[in-house]
Amino acid sequence: MTEMRRPLGPIIRRPHVLRARLLFAAQLVFTLLLAAFLIVPAGLSMLAGVTENYFIGVRSGLTLRWLAQVWELYADTILRSFVIAIATLVVTIVIGLPAAYALHRRGDRVARLVEEIITLPLAIPGLAIALALLLSYGNFSDFRRSWLFILVGHVIFTLPFMVRSIMAVLAAVNINLLDEGAASLGASPWQRFRDVIVPNVKPGLLAGSLMVVTLSLGEFNLTWMLHTPLTKTLPVGLADSYASMRLEVASAYTLVFFIMIIPLLVAMQFMAGRGGLTGGRR
Amino acid sequence: MTAHGVAIHLENCGKTFANGARALEPTTIDIARGETVVFLGPSGCGKTTMLRIIAGLETPDAGGRVRFGDEDVTDTPIERRNVGMVFQSYALFPNMNVAENIGYGLKIRGIGAAERAQRVAELVTLTGIEGLETRSIDQLSGGQRQRVALARAVAIRPRVLLLDEPLTALDALLRERLRSELNSLLRALGITSVYVTHDQAEAMTLGDRIVVMRKGAIAQIGSPRDIYFAPANRYVAEFVGAANVVEAECRDGALILPGGSLPVAHATPGRAVAMVRPESWSIVPATAATLTGRVETVIFVGDRLRVTIAGAADRPLLVDAPNGLAVAPGQTVGLTVPPGAVRLLAGEAA
Ligand SMILES: Nc1ncnc2c1ncn2[C@@H]1O[C@H](COP(=O)(O)OP(=O)(O)OP(=O)(O)O)[C@@H](O)[C@H]1O
Ligand SMILES: [Mg+2]
Repeated sequence: MTEMRRPLGPIIRRPHVLRARLLFAAQLVFTLLLAAFLIVPAGLSMLAGVTENYFIGVRSGLTLRWLAQVWELYADTILRSFVIAIATLVVTIVIGLPAAYALHRRGDRVARLVEEIITLPLAIPGLAIALALLLSYGNFSDFRRSWLFILVGHVIFTLPFMVRSIMAVLAAVNINLLDEGAASLGASPWQRFRDVIVPNVKPGLLAGSLMVVTLSLGEFNLTWMLHTPLTKTLPVGLADSYASMRLEVASAYTLVFFIMIIPLLVAMQFMAGRGGLTGGRR
Repeated sequence: MTAHGVAIHLENCGKTFANGARALEPTTIDIARGETVVFLGPSGCGKTTMLRIIAGLETPDAGGRVRFGDEDVTDTPIERRNVGMVFQSYALFPNMNVAENIGYGLKIRGIGAAERAQRVAELVTLTGIEGLETRSIDQLSGGQRQRVALARAVAIRPRVLLLDEPLTALDALLRERLRSELNSLLRALGITSVYVTHDQAEAMTLGDRIVVMRKGAIAQIGSPRDIYFAPANRYVAEFVGAANVVEAECRDGALILPGGSLPVAHATPGRAVAMVRPESWSIVPATAATLTGRVETVIFVGDRLRVTIAGAADRPLLVDAPNGLAVAPGQTVGLTVPPGAVRLLAGEAA
């Protein structure tokens, strides 16, 4: 049927094709304008970070001086941010992987309830979570003063992303069936987890990991409430530099921030393109 | 490889799922050591549930027991039952290649790499997948996957081999070939096998015994011949093979039909339900038979003619005739059948 209709297609559809092209052109222009609207400020800000004197403009010359100054002032903050991001990643994997697996295996009402609870922090403002943490644990002063306090906040905030992206893959590869297959061959629950589950959820694990690291590096709300002068992170430092440094330094800081976070975002996009985020395989 | 199966005894094994769905009525059945039993029934009748109870993937409702030989395995999880299972969708591990899939059960059992490789090679030969050892699963055709799944299940020398519609996903031609291969393989292994299918030809070919199921209960257990020639009831008669089921008054040793009378052996007077297989009929000149009808359609199917004859019974009768027979629609013909081929079905009269 479709075979027979095909020769008629181009003749009948010609007006549609024209309209579709116009529509496409209009959408393209709109998208480009919108993108420019969003990108230009970021570009300007980064440019300011390498400009000798922002008030004179690029005419005053370009320099890496401000970047060097940022590094001098904030190197420990930046490093701490990475330590926290990696620690957050480790904790979310250690908790998230078994949790996602267990929730998927159960798949009943209790499991859905637990999933909702884990996801709740997404809907609650970071400030509220931070306040709750401060109320609960603020009196344990050693804990309160260490970066571990921020770690806890980040884990609460990022765990749902890890759990959800693993669960998406679990559903997509029909892990229950593979699990039963391995069980029928005599594998214990732990052997199944190690040999079959983990290798097959890798795409979700990877996607979740990138998301967790990116979110942890960029998290401000919650971290700002939890931090002490000695436990600043990258975005908190950013706010700090905006408040207290000259504009060029603050802009250079923005530049540093972008340099840190953009490779992660690109990697995430790449993963999504390969179906990692949606749970498809290869 | 020698016989190394165990007998399977199911005792009052029923299954009610958490949502209240009764998938299986309490069922008792004994499967002998080395026997191949086929569970046959339409979709949703509880075949997979039965198989999963034997495997240990589902627990039977309270009161049900599963025994392998003398050992009660009701509370033993699947990984300690030593069963081989071939899943309908194969459940091959995408993260392992063909050889690794086949060898996984052996690895779990702590068998060394050298011995494992040798055993995998044996199975690769046995299942005819030489040359595919290092392929990944998504580079295999459906038939090849099926063979890998079978090799993987057999590799561990299971006590019981369980197969859930292993051929359903394949095209008809391949299915037929694999069916006979599977048959010789099961015979060669001499292992106790439980095979689930909704394809009656598969059931006939493979089963020492067939268990016909209906809505979570057993409708009949018997050899393929029993099931085919002596169905216990109308459901089995109509599910297995083509059947003409007629309901009529029985008088003077014959069924009284609209197109005449049909002699029956061991008839008792009264209302009766009888079954005749299409191939049992002979088409003869109208004058040579007590039952006549009008040819409605003649379909040439190669090895025979499939003829429908109207007017002989309430519903058109399905008749298989030799492919050289000269019959044409509209013709009035006589029908005869050996008396033994008319099968009275018990307790089915409406
Ligand atoms: N986990 C479950 N929860 C609830 N109901 C189920 C579950 N598994 C199966 N059932 C129901 O139990 C009945 C029997 O299912 P089963 O899978 O045993 O059928 P089957 O004979 O194998 O069918 P098919 O030929 O389609 O595979 C069906 O009505 C099915 O919907
Ligand atoms: Mg089934």
